[in-house]
Amino acid sequence: MRRFVLAAMLMVLSAPAIAVDPSEMLPDPKQEERAQDLGKGLRCMVCQSESIEDSNADLAKDLRIIVRERIAKGETDDQVRKFVVDRYGDYVLLKPPFKASTLILWVGPFVLLLAGIVAVFGFYRRRGTAAPAQPAPLTPEEKRRLDALLKDGQ
Amino acid sequence: MIAEIGHFALILALAVALLQATLPLIGAQRGDPVWMGLSGPTSVAQMVLVTVSFAALTHAYVTSDFSVLNVAQNSHTDKPMLYKVAGVWGNHEGSLLLWITILAVFGCAVTAFGRNLPPGLKARALAVQAIITVGFLLFILFTSNPFERLDPAPMNGNGLNPLLQDPGLAFHPPMLYLGYVGFSMAFSFAIAALIEGRVDAAWARWVRPWTLAAWVFLTGGIVLGSWWAYYELGWGGWWYWDPVENASFMPWLAGTALLHSAVVVEKRDALKAWTIFLAITAFGLSLLGTFLVRSGVITSVHAFASDPTRGVFILALLVVAIGGSFTLFAFRAPNLKTGGLFSPVSREGALLLNNVLMATGAGTVLLGTLYPLFADALDLGKVSVGPPFFNSVFVPLMVPMVLAMAVGPLMSWKRGDLAGVLGRLKIAIGLSLVITAATWFLQGGSAGPWWAAGGMGLAAWLLLGTLVDLAERVRLFKAPLSDSLARAGRLPRSYWGMMLAHGGLALFIAGATASSAWKVEAVQSQKIGEAITVSGYTFTLKEVKDVPGANYLATEGIFEVTKDGKFFAEMRPAKRVYRQPPRPTTEAAIEGTFLGDVYAVIGDKDVVSGGYVTRLYFNPLVPWMWVGTLFMVLGGLTSLTDRRHRIGAPTRARAVAQAAKA
Repeated sequence: MRRFVLAAMLMVLSAPAIAVDPSEMLPDPKQEERAQDLGKGLRCMVCQSESIEDSNADLAKDLRIIVRERIAKGETDDQVRKFVVDRYGDYVLLKPPFKASTLILWVGPFVLLLAGIVAVFGFYRRRGTAAPAQPAPLTPEEKRRLDALLKDGQ
Repeated sequence: MIAEIGHFALILALAVALLQATLPLIGAQRGDPVWMGLSGPTSVAQMVLVTVSFAALTHAYVTSDFSVLNVAQNSHTDKPMLYKVAGVWGNHEGSLLLWITILAVFGCAVTAFGRNLPPGLKARALAVQAIITVGFLLFILFTSNPFERLDPAPMNGNGLNPLLQDPGLAFHPPMLYLGYVGFSMAFSFAIAALIEGRVDAAWARWVRPWTLAAWVFLTGGIVLGSWWAYYELGWGGWWYWDPVENASFMPWLAGTALLHSAVVVEKRDALKAWTIFLAITAFGLSLLGTFLVRSGVITSVHAFASDPTRGVFILALLVVAIGGSFTLFAFRAPNLKTGGLFSPVSREGALLLNNVLMATGAGTVLLGTLYPLFADALDLGKVSVGPPFFNSVFVPLMVPMVLAMAVGPLMSWKRGDLAGVLGRLKIAIGLSLVITAATWFLQGGSAGPWWAAGGMGLAAWLLLGTLVDLAERVRLFKAPLSDSLARAGRLPRSYWGMMLAHGGLALFIAGATASSAWKVEAVQSQKIGEAITVSGYTFTLKEVKDVPGANYLATEGIFEVTKDGKFFAEMRPAKRVYRQPPRPTTEAAIEGTFLGDVYAVIGDKDVVSGGYVTRLYFNPLVPWMWVGTLFMVLGGLTSLTDRRHRIGAPTRARAVAQAAKA
């Protein structure tokens, strides 16, 4: 069931062989490594949630080539990323930037953790003062079942 | 005809479910044993009817009855039988039918095994199960009928997506669903307990094995999917933080937390409201997971809106199920009596810490998965939340949890002694620090990623901490070996289960860290006879030939792989092109070794150079991941066979007594 949607999307796309093609790769292994690291953070715009490095789509291939061209020209990682974001928007970044519209996303987990810790502290403080509750007495029905069970075991 | 029987059985099942959802509930409220007793026969009838329906659809697939729309859209006569059967649940309608079939089987299991349950609790729990069934049946009958006919029937079907024609993926959905639906047991019993206003050790004792069974299936299902991605997608990756993956991971996190807090309810009569909350959450996330994947909402909010009937129905179902139960929880939970007291530093305290971190983890994954949808719906712009987000937020949350995991089992209940426990763990502390330092040294310091050494140290800490606990319990090296073995034999199976699961997680962490940090990859155009060396393994491409399959044509590359000049293996990765629908898939060749997987993929012919595009990998410690997760599943199964779950069956005692009399 997992990746069914991705699979459905692949039906629409023509899928040429496998993601990165050797002909795209930069001759300098250092630069190629940088390109791959960069590419892993860039979304293939027509796929479900694949990076351009993982995707077979033509659009991802184009973007991979753009990234490599820019790197070969001597641009820094930030310059390349900015170039791509200026064209495609934040949507292309798999790690969303920290800004007003993503505040909840980035702060949310810490708020959750904090809330959890506060709740646990509150729990211990309340528990410290409260006396342990006595178990409720058995109802007649439960008494009957208990007797039946005890008889059973004999 | 058979398809109509299936359809009709579903309608009858709806009628029965309506009875089962109402009468026992009223009966339990009035204390009427006859009405309460109706939950038994209705749950059996339910199971029979839904199974008939499922069998009818399976029959349509097996016989390739293309007058049924669903079969025509998703099957083909050329498909091997396994994938004809798997095709039943490889689509929206059929997977929902599988879902309620499993639900009905679980309901029937309550009737079959729950003879000694308090009648009120049983009646109410079964009624809640029936309410879920009603919701799903309405959804299927009104928006997703799998038995719809097609006239005139086509000569052949559209076929199943070749990516899914794989044994791993054939069994992946049923496993996941067994997990999802398994949590409905904990959910139904939680709602029943809220209605009754009491949760006690007996409740936890009943709920725990079902939760454990669900957890085992869900773990297995997720691993199967991950394993499939690893060998089928051909990139050497195994987890992508894809929304569809997250959909199954969230209930797993909540379910794991539930498993641990239910222990505290059973043993110490504490954390009741929290356990109920987790039971609702685990099932709520299972529902969400099912629908996230099935509704297409993940692909885009607009795809969801383009089919409003299904979308609105799904939203309504989620709101009623999750909203309704949390409302009930808000009203009734404060009445749950709190039981045993414990200090923050204790076994309970450690379990609670685990729960807070697990729940935060589940919340984080939920936030990251749904955020793009909310942002899109609220016009905040399109956002992508991908692996870099989850890796930088989720993974750090799990670090303190794993640190505490080694300590928790050594703590005593009620009031623990942290300094004492750390003292007992000093060997583990020392060795894991050594392993951390050694890893750092071996990877060449900052030449590798900075977190890799920490990850390996963490894995070592968890494994050693777990082993120290075991060694102490059997008094290893402190008592004669025979005495230690006898002690080991007497340890409860649930303890062995925990050992296996925690130790398995340690292996998994090691594998996940190593494969993410030190994967070696070579992508090139390789000519016949050319040799490429990756991580000490030399791959020589010997031959490339066409091999016909059942419903595809494979292009197979034959590699001779040598290590240090000696023959290591012959590897045959392939690329398949299916006939219907015509699409290529990659079949990676994998040779596992103790230290990692040797992994080869072959692609298209390179027209320019005359060679073939090949991707060759060394994926370090990946087998540790699969073995580790296998241990986790085995741990769950071992714990399920614990004596605790087998004793106290009055029916058996009665049978024995009668046999003695005769």
